Amino acid sequence: MFRKLPDPPRHDRVTVHVDGHAVTVSAGDTAAAAVLASGLPYSRTTTVSGSPRAPYCMMGVCFECLMIVDGDPSRQGCQVIVRDGMRIERQLGGRELLS
Amino acid sequence: MTDVYDLVIIGGGPAGLAAAVQASELDLRTVLIDEQPAPGGQIYRSVERAERDGLAARLGPNYQRGASLAGAFRACGADYEAGCQVWQAEAAQGGPGQPPRQWTVHFTRDGQSRSVRGRHLLLASGAQERPVPIRGWTLPGVMTVGAAQLLLKSSRMLPEEPVWIAGSGPLPLLYASQLLSLGGRLAGYIDTTPRGRWRAALPHLPGALANAPYLAKGIMLRWTLLRSGVEIQHAEEIEARGTGRLEAVRFRTARGIREEPARVLLLHEGVIPNAHAAMALGCAQRWDEGQQAFRPETDEWAASSVDGLSVAGDAAGIGGARVAEVGGRIAALGAAHRLGRIGEASRDALSMPLRRERGRHARIRPFLDALFRPNRSVLVPPDDVLACRCEEVTVGGIRQAVSLGAVGPNQVKSYTRCGMGPCQGRQCAPTLAQVIADSTGQPVADVGYPRIRPPLKPITLGELATLAGEGAA
Repeated sequence: MFRKLPDPPRHDRVTVHVDGHAVTVSAGDTAAAAVLASGLPYSRTTTVSGSPRAPYCMMGVCFECLMIVDGDPSRQGCQVIVRDGMRIERQLGGRELLS
Repeated sequence: MTDVYDLVIIGGGPAGLAAAVQASELDLRTVLIDEQPAPGGQIYRSVERAERDGLAARLGPNYQRGASLAGAFRACGADYEAGCQVWQAEAAQGGPGQPPRQWTVHFTRDGQSRSVRGRHLLLASGAQERPVPIRGWTLPGVMTVGAAQLLLKSSRMLPEEPVWIAGSGPLPLLYASQLLSLGGRLAGYIDTTPRGRWRAALPHLPGALANAPYLAKGIMLRWTLLRSGVEIQHAEEIEARGTGRLEAVRFRTARGIREEPARVLLLHEGVIPNAHAAMALGCAQRWDEGQQAFRPETDEWAASSVDGLSVAGDAAGIGGARVAEVGGRIAALGAAHRLGRIGEASRDALSMPLRRERGRHARIRPFLDALFRPNRSVLVPPDDVLACRCEEVTVGGIRQAVSLGAVGPNQVKSYTRCGMGPCQGRQCAPTLAQVIADSTGQPVADVGYPRIRPPLKPITLGELATLAGEGAA
């Protein structure tokens, strides 16, 4: 949904895995930004109707970017800074208390 | 956890940063806790990095100002807890000879919980964009103008085409010009400011002229957009359409209904105080008719109705970055006086130039509030529009609960789950209040917000458990 500006500075490049696909972003980017750059059409589905959603506010107040980061569910993707090798998964439906 | 700070500041935008600098100048032991990994808040997000790699200069001098503020903060000696989610603050009575309150603020970072204690708490939690409930606003590809601008500032990212902006206020104009200057393209710009709104704003023009540079900047942005060749039109009944993701934007102009292909649709209808924490901590709220938003009541020193708790910057009422910066300094003076660290005379003397500066920057606000007051359909959307994104409750669902006898926001929440999802009402409470007011004929001021309960941000039991370890250490 988003693309990087064509003149990237020499920020450290970081590779994360979004649903298993390698995505290269910059150090300091958020997990939500990585998903928006990944080409995937949505980042979660709702618990109520299963409707697809994507990041909406990017500042921590809408909770639409809830995702699974390195196995941790329901993380606010816009508040998580990427790390090399981070595993990001889209969060489909609700979470189980015990899994 | 034995240390007790004089001042704990939550929020690293202009108000929080300036408050930390002022407090440190007065030798208050200060800590600033913020969600972001670097100082700046939303308005100056990632400004240090952007200054280093040249992006800041391309985004303009108003943004660049944040770099010097961040620098002053880094040098001021206050402790800094970055990348932290505050999930609760609690007040306890202080010991003998102590000020009457002591705060414990709990937060998590990287899955670990920690706490700090302080004698005075300052909330500088800034603003959030007003929710823009339209048909299809939950479709992937629909987001706020502010979100797109944050992606630009912090990740150097531009939306994929075709891009539409639909909204009202200074931010869409600013972002549009930034996008175009960086090589992005806009398919169209829909101005949702109701026609004739300038007539309501006109009486406030003399005040606005006192802020001539700001006014001139707005006119210049508008001119840049006009000259760019991007189609600008006044329209209403904006609708996002698509199956599973945004595919088109539909709107009604004076000449009829149009539908255009869209990959990204950016919405904006102004900003409102991000007063979630202030509400949860019991600060008395006031309805601001001009800004169509609730805000915490604060006195001339930013003190709230709760002892030992101040609210400064946009969190206490929208004034913009410069007003927030000065407000943060004034709040720090107020806190220092309350803690007995400066006398009344020096507090008042130090605040005089700050108040003059604030007055200058604040004079344009009534003009902006009147000009960009949101259209009624933004505040009270049609019945089939989702009000609560998390629990998928429509405006009609709220009306139905009211007709079944729910008398206020807390009851509607119980009936419908509106406001019960992860965002805890941050996106639906403004709509909830307006729709209840509209359904019952009460003023919005009397309806209020649903009660906000802890934790302020969701926290896992595992993260909570790490606190026990810390206490034992």
